[in-house]
Amino acid sequence: MKVKFGIVVFPGSNCDHDAYFSVKHILGYEAEFLWHKDHSIKNSDVIILPGGFSYGDYLRSGAIAKLSPLMQEVINFAEGGGIVIGICNGFQILTESGLLPGVLLKNESLKFVCKDVYLKVINANSAFTNLLNKEILNIPIAHGEGNYFADEKTLEELNKNNQIVFKYSDNVGNLNSESNPNGSVDNIAGIINKRGNILGMMPHPERVCNPILGNTDGTSIFRSVVNSFLK
Amino acid sequence: MYKAKILVKRRKSILDPQGKASEQGAKLLGLNNISKVRIDKSIQFFIETSDEVLAKTEATEFCNKLLANPIMEDFEIILEKVNES
Repeated sequence: MKVKFGIVVFPGSNCDHDAYFSVKHILGYEAEFLWHKDHSIKNSDVIILPGGFSYGDYLRSGAIAKLSPLMQEVINFAEGGGIVIGICNGFQILTESGLLPGVLLKNESLKFVCKDVYLKVINANSAFTNLLNKEILNIPIAHGEGNYFADEKTLEELNKNNQIVFKYSDNVGNLNSESNPNGSVDNIAGIINKRGNILGMMPHPERVCNPILGNTDGTSIFRSVVNSFLK
Repeated sequence: MYKAKILVKRRKSILDPQGKASEQGAKLLGLNNISKVRIDKSIQFFIETSDEVLAKTEATEFCNKLLANPIMEDFEIILEKVNES
């Protein structure tokens, strides 16, 4: 089976080309851009909601994007079990759409943070992590609003259902406030929905796929997704 | 026609960074008695109906589905009947 990635382009998306380049030219999968005003996901098997500032982040990050015509198709696709990856602004869109629980608040430092961080893999059996051969990944973040928040009850559910996929850690996997770049509750960096077909993460795996950049830790996430189709 | 004034307030349990930054500004101005600064959103719009119940329903739906995120914000709606202009 040839897996096709559909990369959604909103006005203000700015990581769409990185995502396209990485899945198509580095990893060799089929990929197509999907315009936010279209009404079809064009037979995509995997949808990527890329990073950026969709609709200028007006009102709240991701709040306007959730209403675009294509997002209605993406929501239907996701609710039917289709694989969706929301990265950075894409994660914000997923929480605003109600496809993932919680919300991304302004960073505790009040600053935009752009740096490489370490992620501890908490759930290595998901559709997005089944091929990871490392327990700790090195992936960059670049956001002003990545401070994940959910109430106690939601956190309990997330833990109980093994929905927390990545946590911010140090290079040996310690989880503490020093390794938490934005104030996220429990150092949460990425979660999946209960069914396990939707991933939201603030770090940018598409930025660490090309070997000439010296780090390919992002590739295993996209490879895992494709692998989950072959199982 | 109704005029709606919406106040979207961040829940008290949720950090309000703009409020926090402004509070630090107050200290820099030497206004040492100011505390607990919260910055909310004020939104206004008109609803073209003479039916108050419908106006309230539409305004509430607008708030629930877009203007406020119920996970982190609460909202208040004030409706005022205004003459067509």
